[in-house]
Amino acid sequence: MQLKKNIAISDTGFLFDPSTGDSFTLNPMGIEILGMIKEGKSQAEITSHITSMYDVVESAFERYFYDFISMLKHHQIIEGNGEN
Amino acid sequence: MEKIKVTIAASGLNNIDSPGPGIPVIRGIRDSKDFDVRIVGLAYENLEPGAYMHELVDKTYKVPYPSEGSDALMERLKVINEQEHIDVLIPNFDSELYTFIKAENTLRDIGIQTFLPTMKQFEERHKSNLPEFGKKYQVKVPFSKPISSVSDIEKLKDDIEYPFVVKGKFYDAYIAQNKEQASMYFNRISAKWGLPIIIQEFIKGTEVNVVALGDGNGRTIGAVPMRKQYITDKGKAWGGITLDDSRMLDLTHHIISQTRWRGGMELELIRTDKNEFYLIEINPRLPAWVYLAVGAGQNLPEALVKLALGLPANPFTNYETGKLFIRYSYDMICNLDEFMKLSTKGEL
Amino acid sequence: MQKLPFERPLVQKISAGLPSKFGIQGKLEPITHIDGIPVNSLIEEFGSPVFVISENTIRKTYKEAYRAFASRYPKVQFAWSYKTNYLNAVCSVFHQEGSWAEVVSGFEYDKAIAIGVEPGHIIFNGPDKTIEDLTKAISQGSLIHIDHFDELYDIIDLADRLEERPQVAIRVNMDTGIYPQWDRFGFNYENGEAWDALNRIMVNGNMDLVGLHTHIGTYMMSTDAYRIAATKLVDLAQGLMRKHKHAISYIDMGGGFASRNTLKGAYYPGSDTTPSFDDFAEAITSAFMKSELKPDDLPLLILETGRALIDDAGYLLGTVIANKRLADGRRSTIIDAGVNLLFTAFWYEHDIRPAKAVSDQTEDSTIYGPLCMNIDVIRGNVLFPLLKKGDHYVIKRIGAYNNTQWLQFITLRPNVVMIDTTGTPHIIRKAETLDSLNQHELTPGHLGQFNV
Repeated sequence: MQLKKNIAISDTGFLFDPSTGDSFTLNPMGIEILGMIKEGKSQAEITSHITSMYDVVESAFERYFYDFISMLKHHQIIEGNGEN
Repeated sequence: MEKIKVTIAASGLNNIDSPGPGIPVIRGIRDSKDFDVRIVGLAYENLEPGAYMHELVDKTYKVPYPSEGSDALMERLKVINEQEHIDVLIPNFDSELYTFIKAENTLRDIGIQTFLPTMKQFEERHKSNLPEFGKKYQVKVPFSKPISSVSDIEKLKDDIEYPFVVKGKFYDAYIAQNKEQASMYFNRISAKWGLPIIIQEFIKGTEVNVVALGDGNGRTIGAVPMRKQYITDKGKAWGGITLDDSRMLDLTHHIISQTRWRGGMELELIRTDKNEFYLIEINPRLPAWVYLAVGAGQNLPEALVKLALGLPANPFTNYETGKLFIRYSYDMICNLDEFMKLSTKGEL
Repeated sequence: MQKLPFERPLVQKISAGLPSKFGIQGKLEPITHIDGIPVNSLIEEFGSPVFVISENTIRKTYKEAYRAFASRYPKVQFAWSYKTNYLNAVCSVFHQEGSWAEVVSGFEYDKAIAIGVEPGHIIFNGPDKTIEDLTKAISQGSLIHIDHFDELYDIIDLADRLEERPQVAIRVNMDTGIYPQWDRFGFNYENGEAWDALNRIMVNGNMDLVGLHTHIGTYMMSTDAYRIAATKLVDLAQGLMRKHKHAISYIDMGGGFASRNTLKGAYYPGSDTTPSFDDFAEAITSAFMKSELKPDDLPLLILETGRALIDDAGYLLGTVIANKRLADGRRSTIIDAGVNLLFTAFWYEHDIRPAKAVSDQTEDSTIYGPLCMNIDVIRGNVLFPLLKKGDHYVIKRIGAYNNTQWLQFITLRPNVVMIDTTGTPHIIRKAETLDSLNQHELTPGHLGQFNV
């Protein structure tokens, strides 16, 4: 799972994809997770970070994480199959 | 004389190929010799061009659609007002007027003046009420009937013949030549603007228009007749010319004095071959071509601001005939960060 | 270390060019309590989904409506429209407040009698009154509102046979400037049919013509139509006085006042556009007061409004079953109440709220009911906060028509609870069980055995 090249994310959560011209908004949790994906963190690393910082159990987080990833894929913001 | 500082909020910044009146109204106010104005734009969409026209609009805020309910809109306006201390608010979309007319007192309580038709005037002139309006004020109007279902078209066959006009509650009008077209237009318009749909007799002739301003006591502050010279595929004028026609002015004075109209208005009239005038519609606001009136010598947007502030506004008695407006489009170049600000923060 | 609150991650596309449906989003305030009782505990105690009716709201709304009319006109009587909600407890609240009963079938008539309404205070409307129904109503002295000539002749016959004087009114339909015009019920005003019916009754002499009735439509947003209707009924009343020297005792303006729900296809929300009781009252009573009715002989003004009196008092509470992504990436939320319970979802954009404070984040969602049917949609397109499986929701303003038009389809109807004015909940209709349905079924003996 890899963030598409050239994607710019502002600290207000504005995301612009220069290859398609689409723009998006992210909520703060979305910014944080996408930031970790950008740094190349694995799902396990992201999960452990978020569950240690925020009031959410792993099984619940997993569900939201997959939903988020599926939306990022739907919007073609990330590439790859999401399994690594 | 020193100019009076005023802050004006205006919507209708969609200065696109089928433009809203916001930018022309703002241009008129900016031309004022009496006012030193700050313009606060109210936008519903991220790409309303006016939000990016900084020489005309000082600051733009996004606001919720009236269809979200007036509470949400008033909440947002209160927040904006704390920042901007708005003196006068000029809504320029038809779909906003109901909400703003109802909110007149709420707005006045926070120091914002409007100059809008009364709810009675607003309701009376609805397309669906046109026949009664015509009867009450002795104005010729075409047969029209509001309908709420496609099947009602069939029921009207004794009352009206093809071709007739299929109109939306707020916007859109198409001429239907047969039942299939009428159903198609019914569905197209109702999907966008809801019900009812108005079926109106098609009056053959030339469309002419008047932009006018009433002071609410029956007096006409200004009125300029115009004929569209060229019409876009969306039915909007791209060119128009001021006319010298005393009958059109008489009709306008008659309507304004009878209804004691308050605020801006646009009369849509058809002049038939027999030189009769039919009133097709009253738009209860200044139209997008209002800057033609400004150019012809009647700065109606400025006069509207004066009336809203309770300042004296002398009626215009003259205008130049044969003045033209020619509408053009123009590509502004903007940076992404402006779009970003408006779309994520709701301010620009 | 105290952990930070978690909010699910979200990415949403910005619609740039095309007008989107929403500007800045309005925040959806949660409904956490109903009449002081937490939504969670109502669901815990009475199950999910559950209908909750606020007695307090009914009484408050009724008093408000009564005040609007009674402060403008000296003789006002409401009659509770049974078809809107005929749960016995609901009807009883209205009767305690002073409402008569307005029924449209033999079943509703029997229900009103069984609750204990004085027969002379039952108004019997509708096109379908059987001979048996009419016999009951005539012999008990109920007010019969005649819908058509066939019924008029039935009543003339029965008056003869029963040797009783039926107490009758006629229902009148008319052009009030609204569209569609309801011309299928009653006798038409403009073409003289109503006047023919009145003459027929007066000439017959074996009936007491006590009133005039109209019901101009449903979900009326225009008060002016009521003014016109009132003017026309008053005109008929004066005609009766002129020609027959007969004074009627009441004029029944029917119902049809809109509630504050938003109709599908409406541009503005109902809460902004629906006229108030004062607006309706002003329109109707001004027509009465401007007429030549003699001040000391004014007819009683009867109102049968149902929806506007009960809609606000009803809530439907329930639980989120699941969230799903649709193929186009849109979000869908499945809840445990469908169109089987919420029949009005077919024409309202119901106001659905979370039952506890959730984040400001919302997503464009479709809200589906639990039925295995494509039409089971509660909201087609709504900006809805991110509720999780097991979270509770509250649907507002559902008191009218749902407890009478609901369907027993696939599943059983749940408890209906009324919260009394002291804040105590009572079950007023028990949840159905398999037994409650099976007891109406009979299986022929040869179908009793099978091997599967």
